[in-house]
Amino acid sequence: MKQTEGMTLIVKTVTRISVWLILLYGIYIILHGHLSPGGGFAGGVIIALAFLNVMLAYGRNFINRWVNIGFLHDIESSSAALFLAVGILGMAIGGGFLANFISHGKLYNLLSAGTIPVLNIIISAKVSMGLFVVVWTLSVFHLDKGGKDE
Amino acid sequence: MILPFLIIIPLLAAFLITLISGEKDNWAIVLSVLAEMSLLTLALFSFFTTGNDTFIYEMSGWKIPLTICLVQDALSGFMLVIVNLIALTSLMFSISYIRQYSSPWKYYALFMLLITGMNGVIATGDIFNLFVFMEIALFAAYALVAFGAKAEEYEAAFKYAVMGSISSTLILLGIGILYASTSTLTMANIAAELQTKSPQVTHWVAAVFMVGFGLKSAVMPFHAWLPDAHSSAPAPISSMLSGVLIKALGIYAIIRIFFNIFGAPPVFLTIFMVLGSISIIIASYLALGQWDLKRLLAYSSISQIGFILLGLGIGTKLAILGAVFHILNHAIFKSLLFYNAGAVEMALGTRDLRKMGNLRGALPVTTSTSMIASLSVAGLPPFNGFFSKLIIIIAAVQSQHIAYAIIAVIGSLLTLAYFMKVQRYGFHGETVVSEIKKPVSLGMKSAMIILAVLCVVASILIIPGIREITMDPVVSVIMSKTGYVQSVIGR
Repeated sequence: MKQTEGMTLIVKTVTRISVWLILLYGIYIILHGHLSPGGGFAGGVIIALAFLNVMLAYGRNFINRWVNIGFLHDIESSSAALFLAVGILGMAIGGGFLANFISHGKLYNLLSAGTIPVLNIIISAKVSMGLFVVVWTLSVFHLDKGGKDE
Repeated sequence: MILPFLIIIPLLAAFLITLISGEKDNWAIVLSVLAEMSLLTLALFSFFTTGNDTFIYEMSGWKIPLTICLVQDALSGFMLVIVNLIALTSLMFSISYIRQYSSPWKYYALFMLLITGMNGVIATGDIFNLFVFMEIALFAAYALVAFGAKAEEYEAAFKYAVMGSISSTLILLGIGILYASTSTLTMANIAAELQTKSPQVTHWVAAVFMVGFGLKSAVMPFHAWLPDAHSSAPAPISSMLSGVLIKALGIYAIIRIFFNIFGAPPVFLTIFMVLGSISIIIASYLALGQWDLKRLLAYSSISQIGFILLGLGIGTKLAILGAVFHILNHAIFKSLLFYNAGAVEMALGTRDLRKMGNLRGALPVTTSTSMIASLSVAGLPPFNGFFSKLIIIIAAVQSQHIAYAIIAVIGSLLTLAYFMKVQRYGFHGETVVSEIKKPVSLGMKSAMIILAVLCVVASILIIPGIREITMDPVVSVIMSKTGYVQSVIGR
């Protein structure tokens, strides 16, 4: 394997294994947001870190080949719009913006707490994609010397 | 209830714009103009139906100490009308102005976030929610100041971000102290709880808020960021920042917190008067020395904010009427002046007054509307600025604050002086300008004409019959001080 970009083979191999564990942990935090500490924001940050881990180990060009940044951007924007849609649905059905209109279920069950898990998932999409795109943009930006230096 | 829609509509528009816009900005323009027109309609409707009532909207179906509530009274209705009126004209002005920058659709998404933040700050009845919306508006503003992507714009945006973060930290500290001592974040409950606490709590928190919101509204010792940020931003954004942002985030929050929560402690009214008069005089002198048109206008904003703060500090019914009226008037004429500066910058490629000359032939609409705006801000009858300044001066004399009245008169004369300089060098100079680089488009012209007409029409708000249904309810919300508590939680 030729070492053209990214870090050493050791880092790449460890990343290949660890990135799935990080993703799994992020998903766990998101899905248990209504039961244990954490939630959409914390889980979203962990998922973004998994992506960043790949970007650091394999280099930016690897990400550019495999991921369509525009699509991530669209996921981010549409999750914000979805959040508002859930809020407006609450207004239409439950009597107030963001009202919890789904059955609350049994306490401590995974499928409980009405709209909160749904909102957690939406927030995690927003946060993970947003954070990843921000760091990706910063990494692209250093190539492009803005201002007067051109 | 229409209050949540004032926040939902611009937020949804912002994210839809980022979703559906390609390289062209056509859909972004359609969406943002539609959103803004509906917002203005809602704001006007809510202002004229509210009167002396207070409406409360409780989010997510919970009841008041537990939920975030939105409060609609005359004051918030009045501010919502100002914000959305200026925003609509600013969008009209933006359509052709922003096309000179790359990817203009991003501008509209950020613009809608700015509106979300300001509408949220005005509508909310929860002090931490106020902080959150303030940050939304500020982050959109930082990005918009840097929208031109030149080195000096990044510098201005960075300076703005540093000063904004310092003030936000102070405000967050104040909110933390309030929460620690009252165990609630709903503003009305805080006000009710504070009446049972030692006045020291109020004074410490008020001191922290005075610096925090003073930085947001750029009164004199806290003004350093404003001339850079407001002169570097694209012209329609300068008009939003100078016209409404410093009022929604600064003055409105000061009124809500110092009058409605703290019950206007006299020592802070004195501080308002002192800071206000310092701003009036020193900022006018600084404006007098500027040759960059937008920097001059930015310093002028600081001095006009001084008038508003002086009116609030005097604290009589008449003075507060003057301050409230000046909030509206300053939004109208300062936005118009920034549009004029933007049109001149687009047509001639310069903001330096010495390089302008006689523009009567080349830019007739810009020249005539700038004349109206200059006379209005300088306080000449029959324009709106005359009446609000006159009311503040009369109120100062009536309440035995003769020295402050004299300062206001001197400030008014200095304002006249530097706007005569603008007219003499910038628009009616010796060298006749006949060639322009880019024509001023219809949208820009109509935005200027609408505001120029409003400069004259706004004067009728002072006629007693009209004043009773428009500004008197606003003044009574401010004057009733902690009557806000009764109307929000005493139902």
